[in-house]
Amino acid sequence: MSDDGDVLLQLAIGFAAISMIAVGGGIAVVPEMNRLVVDVHGWMSDARFAQLFALAQAAPGPNVLVVGLIGWQVAGLPGMLVATLAVTGPSGFFAFGFSKLRGKLAGARWLRIIEKGLVPIAVGLIFSSGIILAQGAARPAGPGTAISLLTLGLTVFSTLFVWLTDRSPLWVLAVGAVAGALLL
Amino acid sequence: MPDHRPQTLRPTVAQLFLTYLKIGLVGFGGVNAWARRVLVEEKRWLTEQEYAEVLGLGQVLPGPNALNVAIQLGDRFRGGAGAFATTLGLFGGPILVLMGLAALHDRYGEVPLVKAVLAGTAATAAGMILGTALKMATKLKPALPIIAVGLAALAGGAVLRLPLPYIVLGLAPFGIAAAWWTLRARA
Repeated sequence: MSDDGDVLLQLAIGFAAISMIAVGGGIAVVPEMNRLVVDVHGWMSDARFAQLFALAQAAPGPNVLVVGLIGWQVAGLPGMLVATLAVTGPSGFFAFGFSKLRGKLAGARWLRIIEKGLVPIAVGLIFSSGIILAQGAARPAGPGTAISLLTLGLTVFSTLFVWLTDRSPLWVLAVGAVAGALLL
Repeated sequence: MPDHRPQTLRPTVAQLFLTYLKIGLVGFGGVNAWARRVLVEEKRWLTEQEYAEVLGLGQVLPGPNALNVAIQLGDRFRGGAGAFATTLGLFGGPILVLMGLAALHDRYGEVPLVKAVLAGTAATAAGMILGTALKMATKLKPALPIIAVGLAALAGGAVLRLPLPYIVLGLAPFGIAAAWWTLRARA
């Protein structure tokens, strides 16, 4: 029991700390998570970590849920819940406090300028994560292997579809799944 | 600030929960793209500009961006109860799915068909994110200095592969300066 408690405590402390340094989003701290999970505690191998990360990416929902999978792997259901709460709790309360403060300051000119000034960074980073994911997807057999014209074409098609139509992206994701099943 | 939009456009706590449950559950390949789609295009609770701003704040705050956006919007519309509802919706659905998937993946993850489906989906999900970025950029009609900051963020992330905190905190002063300059030029 004390061992289980120790592991849960380590999960809670480790991921709570990561939560508060994750400026830019959960993906920004993947290297730090890797260090905590593989190097510091030796809970799993590098390969297993990469697998869990890919799984969280493939599933719906925030990518930060990979932390839940790590918790599950380390300490079952309690591990999943503790790790997920730890990675969302501290930053969540911080965001809530900020939101309250913003409510009081809303309308202040300097706040409007700050908010407008962060917009291009937000959009630029969406572009950049799309490009990074597209580069990974273009080589479906893994890094360093040949570029697949099929996945590249799927990415281009899906980009244009989402950009130029207002139809749900679920359609294009379904096309990707079927094309992958039939042609890859 | 009191919310002046018409009552019909100010969602209830239940609507916030259900909407974020949907965003979480359909959120394949990037929740932010889906949150924008549902909040701006389907529900029209926010304008393109409002969503881009709340996402920008969500990136500067520590923690998962999509969660920071959910908490801020929940609070803006319905206070603490709203923030709790959006958080629960965003994480509740996907975590149940993930538990099932984890078990299935252990058993079937190496099956070639499963790998092929995941590869095809990943390719279209990447396009979905690029398409969302293009849609935002074209609808927001940014001024030149703002475009320059956006391109710098793009280059920092995709070309130089800098850690995100460096990009966000390093470019924030330039973005703010560009916004200040643009607002002044228009005044």
